[in-house]
Order: sequence, then C-alpha cells, then structure tokens
Amino acid sequence: MYTPELLELIKKVEATRPERIKKAQKGEHFPRMSYEEGGEVLHRFHPDYKKGSKRKLGLGPNEGDLVPNEVADILEARSIIDPGSIDLDNIDYDVDVLVIGAGGAGDAAALTAGEMGAKVLVVTKLRHGDSNTMMAEGGIQAASKPQDSPARHYLDTMGGGHFTNDPDLLEALTMDAPGAIAFLEDLGLMLDKDEDGTLRTLHGGGTSRKRMHSAGDMSGAEIMRTLRDEVRNRPEIEVVEFSPAIELLLDDKGRCAGAILKNLETEQLLVVRAKTTIIATGGFGRLHIQGFPTTNHYGATADGLVLAYRAGCGLRYMDASQFHPTGVIFPEQNVGLLITEKVRGAGTQLVNIDGEQFVYPLEPRDVESSAIIRECFERKNGIETPTGRLGVWLDSPMIEILQGEGTIQRDFPAKHRQFMRHDIDISKLPMLIFPTLHYQNGGVKINPDSETEIPNLYAAGETTGGIHGRNRLMGNSLLDIIVFGRRAGKNSAARSREVKPGKLSLEHARKYNKELEKKGLGDGLTSPMILPDYAGKIA
Amino acid sequence: MAKKKGKEKEEKVKQEKASPKPEESKKEAAPQQEPKGEFIPIYFMGKKYMVPATVTIMKAIEYAGYRFIRGCGCRGGICGACGTVYRLPGSYKINVGLACQTVIEPDMYLTQIPFFPANKARYDIDEEKADISTILDKYPEIARCVSCNTCTKACPQDLEVMDYVQAALQGNIERAAKLSFECIMCGLCASRCPAEIVQYNIGILCRRLYSKHMMKKAQHLSDRLKEIDEGKFDGDMEKMKKMGTEELEKAYAERDIEPV
Repeated sequence: MYTPELLELIKKVEATRPERIKKAQKGEHFPRMSYEEGGEVLHRFHPDYKKGSKRKLGLGPNEGDLVPNEVADILEARSIIDPGSIDLDNIDYDVDVLVIGAGGAGDAAALTAGEMGAKVLVVTKLRHGDSNTMMAEGGIQAASKPQDSPARHYLDTMGGGHFTNDPDLLEALTMDAPGAIAFLEDLGLMLDKDEDGTLRTLHGGGTSRKRMHSAGDMSGAEIMRTLRDEVRNRPEIEVVEFSPAIELLLDDKGRCAGAILKNLETEQLLVVRAKTTIIATGGFGRLHIQGFPTTNHYGATADGLVLAYRAGCGLRYMDASQFHPTGVIFPEQNVGLLITEKVRGAGTQLVNIDGEQFVYPLEPRDVESSAIIRECFERKNGIETPTGRLGVWLDSPMIEILQGEGTIQRDFPAKHRQFMRHDIDISKLPMLIFPTLHYQNGGVKINPDSETEIPNLYAAGETTGGIHGRNRLMGNSLLDIIVFGRRAGKNSAARSREVKPGKLSLEHARKYNKELEKKGLGDGLTSPMILPDYAGKIA
Repeated sequence: MAKKKGKEKEEKVKQEKASPKPEESKKEAAPQQEPKGEFIPIYFMGKKYMVPATVTIMKAIEYAGYRFIRGCGCRGGICGACGTVYRLPGSYKINVGLACQTVIEPDMYLTQIPFFPANKARYDIDEEKADISTILDKYPEIARCVSCNTCTKACPQDLEVMDYVQAALQGNIERAAKLSFECIMCGLCASRCPAEIVQYNIGILCRRLYSKHMMKKAQHLSDRLKEIDEGKFDGDMEKMKKMGTEELEKAYAERDIEPV
C-alpha cells in the first residue's frame, strides 16, 4: 500500500480529477507539442542526449560510431571461447535452418521455415518463450480498418521515428501488417473482437488511426504462448533450451554456417552446422544503459548483436535507446516494470505533484519520456517515493469514470493483479511512474528479406535496426517480430535448398580478438554476457 | 535452478569497470538500491540466508549470492518461469507464488519448481473440432478429475483452474478459454494434481479452439488482405516512399487524427 504521505498527495490528484474528466468528455485535451517543441524537449531531456553516456566504437564495421558505453563494452570484448580449442569437425547438430532465440521473432521464423519444408533447430538460453515478446502488453499495429491504410501507418511510424526509418523496411512492415494479424487469427489467437468478428482497435502514442489490436493486456503473452504451442506441434522443429549460441560459425567462403552453443547446465560446447542461420535474440535492456531500470526480461543482454558484429555485420542507430514513459517506481519490488501505453490509450492522464496535467498523454514515447523527466527534474514537480525515486502520477481511476466501472479489471487484468499483490487497487488509486529502459531502437542492418550483410545470415526482431528509425512506436514491435520473423523464416528456408556449407571456421573470432589486442581495447573483458549478474546485490 | 556464483569466470562481463556512470543519472534511476533496514532469515532449499526484509523471493535468492539459470524469466509475473512453493512456521499449508512477485516473510521455507514434466498433445488446430471430443481425444486423463480443487489452490495467478478444467470436461470450450485466459503456464497446477492432469495445456488447447473455430473471423481483415493483393495501396506507398524529409514532415504535421 502507499505510505500515508503518498496517500495525502493522492488527494490532490483526486481534487483535480472531476474537472479533468469533464474536459476529456468534451474532447478537450492538453495540447500536443508541435514537431519543433517536441524536438527541443528531446534534446534537453532525453537520456540519449546526455553527455558522457556514449563513446566511439574502437573496431569493427561501425568503428567510429557513437554507441552507449554499455554497448561499447560488450562489442569491444573478446570471444568467451578460445577459437582454437574446439573441434569443428565434430558436429552435434546438422540442420537446414538454425534459429537463435525462441521469442516471438524466432518462433515466427521457425514456423514459417518449417512450413517451407526445412529442418529447423531453435536454440535459446532460457526457456522456450522467455522473451520480451512475452512481456509486451498493449498490442500490435496494423491498418486493418477501412478508415486506415498502410501508407498512413507508414507516415505515423516515420513521424514517430523522426523520419529516420529505412523506407524499404517500413514499407515491408506496414504492407505485411494486416497479413500478420491474419496469421495470428488463423493460429487461434484470442484477439479482442466484437461479437460480429470486428477486431477492437485503440490508439497508441503517435497513431493517427485506431490500429492497435490486442488480447487483453496480455497481447504479447498470448502471442508467445500460442506460437510456442504451435512450434511444439511441429515435428520438423527441434527446440534446445538453456543452450545459447555463443559464437557464429562461418565457412571457408565467409558465409554463415551455424554456431557454437553452450549448454549452460553442463557447460558443454556444441557445434551446429546450418545451411542458413537466423539471429532473433532480442534487445539490450539488461545492459541497464546509463544505470536505468528496465522493463526487459532476464535474458535481454544483446548476445546476437555481439555475435553478428564479430562476424562482420554492420549496425544501425545503436545510439538510440527507447525509454518507456511509464515504468513503475512504486512499490519498490516492481520498479522498472512496464505499464502499457494502452492505459493512456484508454484515457488516463499524467499529472504532477499538484494534480495538474503537464503533457499530452499520447506523444511519441521519446517525447513523452522527456516531458516527464523535465517535470521531475527541471520544474521540480515530481513525487518522491520512500526510496528516493522521483516520478509522476498516472491517473488510472479515470478509466473507470470514462469507460465504466470494471473496465480496468476487464481490460487490464494482469496490471490490476500485479498491483493488488501490493494492496494497491489501480481502479481507485493512481500509479507512480518514471521512464524506464524499454527497447533497443537500433541493431543489426537487414534488408526487406531479413538478410544481414553476411551471406546466409538473417536477423529479425529487436536485434535488428532501421525499421523503427531512432524511436519505435507502440505496437510496432509485436508487429516487427511477426513480419520480419516470417520473412526471415521464408527466405532462409528457400536459400537453404541451394546452400552447401563449406569447412566450418572460427577465424573471424580469432581475428577480432587480435584486433582488440592490437588496439589495446576491451580490458580483458569477454562477451556475450548471456545472463546478467545480480548475485550478491539487490537487482 | 540457480547456480551459486563463482562458476562462470569466463563469461562474466564486468560492466561497472568499463563504464563510469554519471553521478546524477545514478540519482535519477539507479537500478540497484543499497539494502536498508531490517534483515530476516529465509530458507532456500533448506539453507538459511539473512536477506533484506522487503524484497521479493527472486531478489532475496540473488542477494544470497545465486545467479539464476533456471527459475527466472521475465521478472514481471507473466512468463511463468519462477513458480515457487513454500511453507511458513506454525502452519501445515503449502503456499505457492511467483518468486519475482512474492515478497519474502520471516522463516519462509521455500523451493522453486522451475520445471515439471508435462505431456503435450500434438494437433493440427485447423482440423480439430471445438467440442468435447477433441479434449477427450488429446487429454483423456481429464476425465480423472476428482474436483479436489488442489489445482486452484496451487495457482499463483488465482485462477479458477478446476472450474476451467470442469468446463472443458463438459465441452464448454468458450468458458474454459475465458477462465484460463490469464494462465501463465507455470505448471504448479500440474505438479500438484492427484489425477495427473496437465491443466495449462488443456487451457491453451481450449483458447485456440475457441478463437479459431468459435469466434467470428474479422471480415474487414480479409477485405483488407484482398485490397493489398490487388495492389490498391501500392500507388500511395510509392508516393510516400519518394517524399523527402521536408515533405514527410509536412504531411505528418497535417495528418488528421481519428478522435480518441
């Protein structure tokens, strides 16, 4: 429960609520920022612009590019294995398509490759399905309604990404989007629908049409468990858990030809030979960029990024991190956890210590986050938690008044439960929030066929960069993993029919290690990280 | 389960060493709080550890020096990786919870159940009927349910597990789907079931049958797919892709917004 001091402050929120509700019902909203205003707030307050938080990469395809220090640390690091110590002729798995990562993108890829007749191996460092997909709450965008179009979706996404998105990738994303929803509907996904089958859709930050499709506030979990169930139905797909890929294998022609796995429990190393390989390892939240808490799952340590970079893949926009505007800061046990944007889509406002609005609730995420940071640190209108965190109120009880009693329990059951565990009923009391590290906007360069710059190596999902430009809109990542997961699956399976891998080699890792040594980089560190280390600490 | 720290020398990346963090950002958003206040004893698989009083089971286990391999996933109560059972002093009761969501109590006696064997039927969802015949064919053991309600008591999500199993058994697929919607498939129900039923796999089968065969298909969605196939949007898309940044900025600023 809230402390007496916080309960006292909540009275101020309650005092201004009736007036705010009245205005909202009349369609009067806190004004949106103009594009210029938004840009200014970003430059002054967004963590991406903080001095000293980045440095230039010292080697590899993106040498000289600025990236967060935490990303530079894992890229300027040695392979965790001694490339000379492994017998690459002793092959443990010989497959058509290797999928690294068993989240949404990996499973969508595996299913699609399997349908094409490929023999597929999926490897993952945690359990099948443990991923950021599982945690996505709000929904998945697609221009499925008559008043909407893929071109509108394209424009909204471009604007959200500050016009830095790759046009070809974005075309693929938005044109394939309705097909992605149909793919999920066809699998038997419990989408929110009206009686007549019409899909229920809502706004998300930065959307000009209501195109957010959902499954309660468990959209990602529903997608993940359904994909997982279907993968388990397919005899052509084998899944190996707790066995991350720790280095890619190239062949003597410099094409990707598989990977080295490490069984985390026996510590045994395994050799996979694959005609084509897909990296679907997700993002970097658990690197805790600039020390921020994160919404991400335990395994989000950007392993695939490291493997791809060492193998010679270029990266894009690695300097752009997404901070989700509404991360929990109270109770302390839940710090960093996500409160879906759908809560604001349903009419909830952000208010400061005086119970006053200070920002339009559905600005693009980076602008919204920056405005919250400004409110707390420049204008000093934040609310302090007992552990010294600063944040603002997310006035969830508004939903019950605007949409009818019981709406929160019906539409946000998971969030309601999460807070009830700490005796906070969010249908009656507001939540305390502050931006939290949410998404890796940039990543491995791909083309619309999901191909990386290394032959026979594909990538899909959060590990890639370019689709979302410098800032992703809500609902475009669940879409991204399905669209590009399926594209990677389809194209890798087709390619696998023509490929005969040559002699397996770790020469690229050896060269990378030498280069580090020559340049005096890395300080003896190794990567990928695989799992964060919270032993002996309170994470 | 977790591994006690110290084994993974080779793969350890020492973040803190290479990236000095600016002081003020630490104050803004430090992920690791110094433990304050009271410490209490908990027993992890029979072994006693003194840990900060207000943390979750997951954070307490880490504080005690473990680095999870199994038994830890999303850390947000939705993935089902960290099912935990425990007893408290002076009570015969077996309690359940998710390690990432349950706050510790003094003398809690606990273990995680990160894995429990479960049978999963293979099926082609397109071919299956949304009725009792499919349920009995795939999971005949459902008929052994003795309505003891142990599954419901074992659910960390507080779902009415027995009710959805019974609904499935009665062929009420819709009810089973809706009652099981919030299932996170942690497996604690199956670990406690005297009839050896795997409740959560029945749940997802019902949800898929219901969604696939009983909910109406979205007509507007298939209309849209047809329009895309026919190339209805190709022209607009081409135009949009050819726009320079300035033109795009203008179009973006001027676009009309559907009322909330």
